[in-house]
Amino acid sequence: MSNSLSYNDQGGPDTAVEVGQETTQTSPAAGAFGLFSTDFKKNDDLKEMLESNKESVKLEAMKRIVELIAKGKNVPELFPSVVKNVASKNIELKKLVYVYLVRYAEEQQDLALLSISTFQRALKDSNQLIRASALRVLSSIRVPIIVPIMMLAIQEAATDLSPYVRKTAAHAIQKLYSLDPEKKEQLIDIIEKLLKDKSTLVAGSVVMAFEEVCPDRIDLIHKNFRKLCGLLVDVEEWGQVVIMNMLTRYARTQFTSPWKEGALFDGNNAQAFYDSEEERKENSSSEHVYVMDPDHRLLLRSTKQLLQSRNTAVVMSVAQLYWHLAPKHEVSIVSKSLVRLLRSHREVQYIVLQNIATMSIQRKGMFEPFMKSFYVRSTDATHIKTLKLEILTNMANEANISTILREFQTYVKSQDKVFAAATVQAIGRCATNITDVADTCLNGLVLLLSNRDETVVAESVVVIKKLLQTQPTQHSDIIKHMAKLFDNITVPMARASIIWLIGEYCEHVPKIAPDVLRKMAKTFTSEEDIVKLQTVNLAAKLYLTNAKQTKLLTQYILNLGKYDQNYDIRDRTRFIRQLIVPNEKSGPLAKYARRILLAPKPAPVLESAFKERDRFQLGTLSHTLNTKAVGYLQLSDWPAVAPDQSVRNVEVAEIKESTVPSLEKKRSSKAKKFYSDSEEEEEDGGSQGNSSDDSKSSGSSEASTSGSESEEEEETSSQSGSGSSEEESEQSSDRSNSDSRKKKKKTLERKKKPKKESSGSDSDEEKDHGKGDASSEDSSSSSSDEYTSDSESDSGVPPEKSSKPKAKVVPETKKEITLLDLDDFAPEPAVSTKSSVISPSLLSDLDGLSLSSTPSAIQVSPLDFVPVSHELLHRMTGKGLAAKYHYPRQPCIYGNSMVAVQLSLTNSSERTLEDLHFGERSGQNIHGFTSIESLEPGASVSVSMGIDFKDSTQAANFQLCTKDDQFSVSITPAVGELLLPVTMMEQDFVKEQGKLLGMNETSATITVTPENASTDSVSRKVVTVANLGMVPSDQDTVLRFAAKLASSGVLVLVSVELNTSTAQLRINTEKTVIGSMLLRDLKTALA
Amino acid sequence: MIHSLFLINSAGDIFLEKHWKSVVGRSVCDYFFEAQEKAGEPENVPPVISTPHHYLINIFRDRIFFVSVIQTEVPPLFVIEFLHRVAETFQDYFGECSESTIKDNVVIVYELLEEMLDNGFPLATESNILKELIKPPTILRSMVNTITGSSNVGATLPTGQLSTIPWRRAGVKYTNNEAYFDAIEEIDAIIDKSGSTVCAEIQGVIDACVKLTGMPDLTLSFMNPRLLDDVSFHPCVRFKRWESERVLSFIPPDGSFRLMSYHVSAQNLVAIPIYVKQNISFFESGSSGRLDITLGPKQTMGKQVEGLTVTMHMPKVLLSVNLTATQGTHKFDPVTKVLVWDIGKLNPQKLPNLKGSLSVQSGAPKPEENPTLNIDFKIQQLAISGLKVSRLDMYGEKYKPFKGVKYITKAGRFQVRT
Repeated sequence: MSNSLSYNDQGGPDTAVEVGQETTQTSPAAGAFGLFSTDFKKNDDLKEMLESNKESVKLEAMKRIVELIAKGKNVPELFPSVVKNVASKNIELKKLVYVYLVRYAEEQQDLALLSISTFQRALKDSNQLIRASALRVLSSIRVPIIVPIMMLAIQEAATDLSPYVRKTAAHAIQKLYSLDPEKKEQLIDIIEKLLKDKSTLVAGSVVMAFEEVCPDRIDLIHKNFRKLCGLLVDVEEWGQVVIMNMLTRYARTQFTSPWKEGALFDGNNAQAFYDSEEERKENSSSEHVYVMDPDHRLLLRSTKQLLQSRNTAVVMSVAQLYWHLAPKHEVSIVSKSLVRLLRSHREVQYIVLQNIATMSIQRKGMFEPFMKSFYVRSTDATHIKTLKLEILTNMANEANISTILREFQTYVKSQDKVFAAATVQAIGRCATNITDVADTCLNGLVLLLSNRDETVVAESVVVIKKLLQTQPTQHSDIIKHMAKLFDNITVPMARASIIWLIGEYCEHVPKIAPDVLRKMAKTFTSEEDIVKLQTVNLAAKLYLTNAKQTKLLTQYILNLGKYDQNYDIRDRTRFIRQLIVPNEKSGPLAKYARRILLAPKPAPVLESAFKERDRFQLGTLSHTLNTKAVGYLQLSDWPAVAPDQSVRNVEVAEIKESTVPSLEKKRSSKAKKFYSDSEEEEEDGGSQGNSSDDSKSSGSSEASTSGSESEEEEETSSQSGSGSSEEESEQSSDRSNSDSRKKKKKTLERKKKPKKESSGSDSDEEKDHGKGDASSEDSSSSSSDEYTSDSESDSGVPPEKSSKPKAKVVPETKKEITLLDLDDFAPEPAVSTKSSVISPSLLSDLDGLSLSSTPSAIQVSPLDFVPVSHELLHRMTGKGLAAKYHYPRQPCIYGNSMVAVQLSLTNSSERTLEDLHFGERSGQNIHGFTSIESLEPGASVSVSMGIDFKDSTQAANFQLCTKDDQFSVSITPAVGELLLPVTMMEQDFVKEQGKLLGMNETSATITVTPENASTDSVSRKVVTVANLGMVPSDQDTVLRFAAKLASSGVLVLVSVELNTSTAQLRINTEKTVIGSMLLRDLKTALA
Repeated sequence: MIHSLFLINSAGDIFLEKHWKSVVGRSVCDYFFEAQEKAGEPENVPPVISTPHHYLINIFRDRIFFVSVIQTEVPPLFVIEFLHRVAETFQDYFGECSESTIKDNVVIVYELLEEMLDNGFPLATESNILKELIKPPTILRSMVNTITGSSNVGATLPTGQLSTIPWRRAGVKYTNNEAYFDAIEEIDAIIDKSGSTVCAEIQGVIDACVKLTGMPDLTLSFMNPRLLDDVSFHPCVRFKRWESERVLSFIPPDGSFRLMSYHVSAQNLVAIPIYVKQNISFFESGSSGRLDITLGPKQTMGKQVEGLTVTMHMPKVLLSVNLTATQGTHKFDPVTKVLVWDIGKLNPQKLPNLKGSLSVQSGAPKPEENPTLNIDFKIQQLAISGLKVSRLDMYGEKYKPFKGVKYITKAGRFQVRT
């Protein structure tokens, strides 16, 4: 009932009349569907059902209506009855009404207006899904009158709190634009606003709107460029494709060409591509140095990992982005992923192969390692087969031609004759491109002339004809052979080709030629037009060279041609006759007949059909169709001089850069910023690797290698394969310097271990910056070696590591067959680390040394922090030995992943305790202290030890032993002690925090007493609870702390936002367990 | 982007149409039918067809053509990938993607399509999100719905849509917590006449079925991750961890999903589990030929080869066969000219053999090429590349899940040229 009420509310009596009119109008129209008279009847009862009071009946009716729409049946006459239900409470009913409404609103505009107010109301609903779907439907109703309403709705939705609604608004922009293009300016304003949106949900849709409404407004992108690059990985797949395509276009207008000067030429000149490799080597020294814009590099870096996407469209997008933007030597990283896509559906294969075909023309080498992936299978569809053939042909060079030809031999015999014929052509192309095999190919083709299939033979003849033109003299026997075959060949094109060949080279086959002409004269009338034309040609040529034998024959043929049905032939005959037969009327041309007809003709070039395709952006519809599709946006050429790059600076990022004066410096500092961030992450990853590794022994040293590896990879990518040019090494050294600064903490720790000092190539760097240069060059040169020998420059460590557990497991896998419980694989309890071998005294020496020589990079907690001691062993239970422990909150000297624990042992008994030492330990990896020979009564000593808690609050159990007693003790860490503080800039903090949203975030609001509300007291309390590093901030009310977990290196970010009486506590970390535990501790501390 | 979608069955009937922008008439499909006629086989229909005003991008799947109408430039793979995603969603919802299931559930199909695209741009394609919006049909639910009048359509925005992990919904609960992983490897190979390998490679996938309560954070590590040359992941996998540590760290979607697919590096030699001895010949004179095929185990790593099937597309001139098999059954379809020999388990002691004569249409020339043998087989409990999962750890939740890994090796596109 509520529905009809609301309906009356808006409509009033006028509309009711209108409704009535509408129904009377439509019913005869519906009746006109003679064929659907039964449907019409059905529709009648539908109308009653829709008017019913029962929701379920209405729903049933709507379902039937949607079924009709789906089948393509037209049911506009129900519009009035349906539209009444637009405000229904039943969501499913409502949705189905929406479906109907969107489908027919355009036809029944007046009635559609009745529903508008419902949507306007729904736009204010508290449920975001309802707001969004109201906007979706409202904007889908293609009724021009409501454009202003739509405009308002979009403007409002663009500032909605829910990103989902904002996403819908972005879609609505496109709909409104197609309805009323004149609103463009207003819409661009909204797009500009939405482009600033930080939500990954919105990014893809708004870029789509941008592409559709104002693709030329590149200036809107500048400020958002870096943000988009950053967000890209987290945007949903479809958005990624759109954003990458847009950024490709953007980059081509904003950055200078990364292709070296020597390689800067028009893309069609294929030859230059092949030479470019060598050329570049020669030229590299003389060329003026090219410095890649850091933003350009950022784009390439942030798209690279998307090559691993499961979505084929995303992979293709990355591939085209690299193809159009990356330096030539970097493009090849995409080939592996593209080849992977060939395992996908047939349609995907088709598109990918097309793009590979275009690529392989310009860069033969790019796909050569994957040649076998392009071998044809008999089950492939024909268009897939021909594309594979195309690629194989493009790839052919002197080295692989024999393999390829062997494959082709199989293909020629294929049952699929279209494909077999295409293979013949491919062989022809190979023969012209690679002169070495021309003869082999030709012989092979001649053999094919005896093939039973006509199409194959015909194709062979045509290809042979083309080949012979390149070197006719040596091959008169082939021509003879073909002349012999002539009688058996019926395909017109092939016959014509043979006749042309004989005519062209009649001097090489003087005996056969007239004979062929004689035969042709007999069958002339029954031949195809194309053959007739060539026969006339042959006759003319023979007349000129061998008039004695062929004069009569020629005249006979010319006579036949004169009365032919086809005007082309008649015309040609007339022309030839005037040209060759001397008579009084013949003009001055006759003298030159010989030179005209028997002029040496240039050989045709056999080319790929994909040669011209590269004028289109790869991966586009236009590229697939090889014609410009509607709405195709041309990629611009690289600008000669890069436009001002500062336009992309966002205010926050500028702070750093503004202090650096010169442009060159500015660049490097920017590079620093970009690279160091991610490198630090990679670095972190490296140390994570070590913590989760089963065998601890190689763990720490591996961390350092993997760290330097990530750097090396970096370098290889920036380093052109042609060796290090100056600016690159400069850049890379800058980078390594900067990151050495950032990583000081780690290097520092490494330095403590003599063993590692030798292994980490970068460990020396921080001693002085001058040395940093040299070592980075070292690492880059070694990396380029690695790069060539093995694309994956991992060290050989992992397999060695894995071999041990593997051996252990094999018997188990045999035992349990189908389902082996993974628990079986639980690693053996960790063996004590190698580092424990080093005597702690040496360690402590080193400790002091390194700490004094370099300022600590870790801002160890504020000075006012007094470590709290905990009881470990009471003097009563310890028979006089009392032990207390506290966390000194310093980096542990025994291992990267360990937490330092300071033990203070006191002898409260009457006698001297002898030989205090560390006993059995279990579970955790614990590094004990050196034994103490004796402890006088009343004296106390403090020793340090390291425990790897593996980021859990499980207690570490071990034994304290004296000469005669053993005491089992355990240390249960507070969660705050599992952390190591991290220094971080505010913007980095915000950035990292942005990555750790959703379920990685835990938060709570707590009330704080006014005396506790000061920032000082809060920060003191927070720092007391947990070992966190303070992040300097210019905001007074927000306190930020950062730390990482000692064992895994996972970041833990804490922020406290102070209001008058409450504090909002947020913890962002990947380890949600730690996060929630920390939250609990902090809550109790602050409340 | 995507303007309209038409579903066409193999008989050429349009049985469903959906428009996301203004309505495009059915007549646009005529261009498609034209191309279809020209192509003959449904597989040969070009995926992209250009018409005067529109572009048609189609996929052929489960004997249905999904024909989408495009008006402006769009990456074709974008559309193709999306159409396949649509088909997969149908399969997910209705068990299979066929004309009859789509027709039976046309309302749900319509609701799904409505949610998946907005104005032709994908809106929600994650099956988890869709399932919260529109519940898949079950007999029980449809009964409950008719009684209580409740609906299949969710009233609130799925939580996944807004979070950074759209693939998982919140509040998942199971009484039995289990996580199963299937490592399935396929051998793609071409074996030439003489039995030597022309090319062979291993492609693998890890399919997972994870039914775990809450928000588990899983880490899957391999014994020998360096085997994996090229990988692609479900979006849930943290790429950084893979790059640095070669472990798969992820918060899994709820239910079945493909965790990763990989390609085993080309340097590793591929073990070919079976060999084929074949002799097929057609006599020059007289319209007949002979066929003799024997299969045997080669490098099976001591495992049983099962589900062995040989499929041959015989030349068009072949009329009938007269064959005897020592094991399994064989069938020749005289219309499609496909010979299928279903062997079953391979017994190393008694090798299966198929032998007999072929009769060819009289007067027809001897076929040029012998038919290719497409071989299908399966080996349980073996990953032919040697890949091994070493452990699975769960963080973030307290309970202990039941975990399991299963290995299967299959023939992919395994062809023997003759």
